[in-house]
Amino acid sequence: MKKDNLIIAKKKFRSRLIVGTGKYKTMSECAKAIKISGAEIVTVAVRRVNISDKRKPLLMDYIDPKKITYLPNTAGCFNSNEAVRTLRLAREIGGWKIVKLEVLGDKENLFPDMIETLKSTEVLTKEGFKVMVYCNDDPLMAKRLENVGAAAIMPLAAPIGSGLGIQNKINIQIIRKQTNLPLIIDAGLGQASDATIAMELGCDGVLVNTAIAKAKKPFEMALAFKNAVVAGRQSYNSGRIDKILMGNPSSPFEGII
Amino acid sequence: MNKIKIKVNGKIKLITNSYKLSDLLKNLKIPMKKVAIEVNEEIIDKKKINSIKLKKNDKIEIVHFIGGG
Repeated sequence: MKKDNLIIAKKKFRSRLIVGTGKYKTMSECAKAIKISGAEIVTVAVRRVNISDKRKPLLMDYIDPKKITYLPNTAGCFNSNEAVRTLRLAREIGGWKIVKLEVLGDKENLFPDMIETLKSTEVLTKEGFKVMVYCNDDPLMAKRLENVGAAAIMPLAAPIGSGLGIQNKINIQIIRKQTNLPLIIDAGLGQASDATIAMELGCDGVLVNTAIAKAKKPFEMALAFKNAVVAGRQSYNSGRIDKILMGNPSSPFEGII
Repeated sequence: MNKIKIKVNGKIKLITNSYKLSDLLKNLKIPMKKVAIEVNEEIIDKKKINSIKLKKNDKIEIVHFIGGG
């Protein structure tokens, strides 16, 4: 079989599953789940160093950024200025250029503020960032993000952390049809089959955090998502049959005794 | 000796007048390869921390990566 890599900003990845590093009980649990998931990209947040308690474990001590690609995010930013500032800092830590932009508009539903998101995408792209953009599932906004230079379109399946799965398959399919950019479902998945559905809709990948981190058995769920993404991609590449209304027997009528 | 007030990651800190950014970072045992630093919302080139003298009311932010989605 020919190689079927995920390509983001000319970088090749074998795994199409991106995993978030938040909400795990411990850093070592997080690191183990990532290993099991086979993810090669993980999202990370930028926060203040705790200067009063220096014994707190550091993420980089558990997940080696030389082996796993860090995707710095702007979680917690509510306007363009905050998001741009955060990603400039992220770049300064170690030269990260591929970033995840996430500008939220509401603290309750955590939906993205698309006007601020669009503004930030433009600014960051001009500064040389490769911006993977968390967005709503609106094909028109997706197009505008593409026009200002987004490196990947990452529509939500449902609100962040909700576990509701893909709510609007039609929109995702329309976005798929209109763009050649990497299309990655980000946020709202609840179980492995949600990831399969995303891949069968033609998405290039999925980003999962809560569904793995908060599962009763995170390691098993990490493996389930790994397999689900592979299955969904294989299914998509295999070309599904047409849907028909009536039955079509699998055993021939001819030769019946 | 005269002390001046600065803010580090939102917390007030008193330092001596001739304190440099490098002194502060050394004092806090900051792992330089794993952080980024801002003084008054301007990103600081980590190679230049020796030459930056801290002034009254400077706001310093030291950030790193933590778990996030």
